[in-house]
Amino acid sequence: MIIMTREEILSELKKVISPYTTNKEMLAGINDDTDLIKDLKINSANLVDIIIDAEAKYDIEIDYDSADKMVNVGNCIDVISEKLAQK
Amino acid sequence: MSGRVVVTGMGVISPNGIGIPAFLHAIQNGISGIKFIQRYRDLNFSCQVAGMPAFEWESLKNYISEVTFHGLKGTNIGYGLAAALDAWADSGMPYDTEVPRWETGCVFGNSIADSEAMKNVIAKVDNKEAKKLGSRVVEQAMNSGVTSYISGRLGLGNKIITNSAACATGTQAILMGYEYIKHGYAKRMLVGSAEHVDTYVYGAFDSMRVLSRKYNDEPEKASRPMSITAGGFVPGSGAGALVLEDLDFALQRGARIYAEVLGGSTNSGGQRLGGTMTAANSTGVTRCITEAMHTSGIQAGHIDLVSGHLTATNADRQEIYNWKQALGFNREGMPLVNSLKSMIGHSLSAAGSIETVASILQIVHGFVHPNINLEDPNPEIEALISLDKLPVKMIKKEVNIVAKANFGFGDVNSCLILSKYK
Repeated sequence: MIIMTREEILSELKKVISPYTTNKEMLAGINDDTDLIKDLKINSANLVDIIIDAEAKYDIEIDYDSADKMVNVGNCIDVISEKLAQK
Repeated sequence: MSGRVVVTGMGVISPNGIGIPAFLHAIQNGISGIKFIQRYRDLNFSCQVAGMPAFEWESLKNYISEVTFHGLKGTNIGYGLAAALDAWADSGMPYDTEVPRWETGCVFGNSIADSEAMKNVIAKVDNKEAKKLGSRVVEQAMNSGVTSYISGRLGLGNKIITNSAACATGTQAILMGYEYIKHGYAKRMLVGSAEHVDTYVYGAFDSMRVLSRKYNDEPEKASRPMSITAGGFVPGSGAGALVLEDLDFALQRGARIYAEVLGGSTNSGGQRLGGTMTAANSTGVTRCITEAMHTSGIQAGHIDLVSGHLTATNADRQEIYNWKQALGFNREGMPLVNSLKSMIGHSLSAAGSIETVASILQIVHGFVHPNINLEDPNPEIEALISLDKLPVKMIKKEVNIVAKANFGFGDVNSCLILSKYK
């Protein structure tokens, strides 16, 4: 079991998301409510790449059902902390 | 609608020069882009030289967003994008647009996806890790990858076609773009082709024993079209691109006009009458050339320069013979003939578009580029054409009309007639 604070996950998550958004200013100020597609203008096809990169970064496995929940930043942190806790 | 088609922009990624100014300097001065490749020696290839553009991958960030750049692995796509976007900028137009450019289409050719990039895909799948491939593989594996990246960046909304006809691909792409404008389907077409001869494709050609293998220690001498010591072609990589426009459409926006495409032809020898998968049916070739002259409304005597296919294999002699048959000239009456491949090798699908860019530069700047490595011409070729028609040094002269042809595996032929804009 690995415990990371939400702040720690958020700061790492920014690095994971960074290659997939041109909106770097908004990325710097993201919070739980930031929507990946609507706010960060991430191409929906690239969500898969963010999930794959997050799996590699945290050495976790994100199943299809969990991945579907990863719509905004808060959901992403929820899923990642849940998977880390299962380790 | 003028019914006339002109060239208003050009871009090139060539082994001997990246961008029009560097490429122009190289072809005027007979500069070779052929280099020794240590990896090919390590792999026990017989031929260990290639024409590789000194392309800085990071430079793609000047053309596409960081997000698009991240995950782009297909070398052929990178070459094609850079050449196409350079041609677009050269024609005086901005990249960005909010609405699709409905009047502009794209015909861009290539051979296959970058198999070195695909190797990683195969390894992951075989290792039961298909889930880790991500979203960017399909768009780069598909044959239409190059056209998709180009048309997406520029918002092109007319016909978007990916063509492939082996070594005839480039000239065929230009011809198709010309035809769409000529027949009124589009006002402007971004045309060209790209090739990255990756290690696996290179190896397969090496195994066919059609590559130059006696000049590994003197790479600049390795590509020797029409020479008695020619022993096969040298693979090259790169891309060429042109912006074609309806004449009136180009004049309306005050575009600079480089040259005119008068017409052309693409056909096949049907792999009959001596034609095979790998050899051209001479009747098909001569028909292609004569049809190109016919559709362009010119006679053989109007041609100032033949930009040959001339790869430095034993097909060179037959090609010169075919040109003579098609043009109907004797040994002394032939126009000047040159082969860009002497400097950059044979860049397969990209050959036709890079050579067309070279042809237009010769028209615009009034010169005929040299055939390098032709200090020992093949006597059988000398019997067909007088040596003063095969320049080994640059000739400064007015060039009004160029016939540019390429012939490819599958017995496919393409020929363009390019003219000074008058």
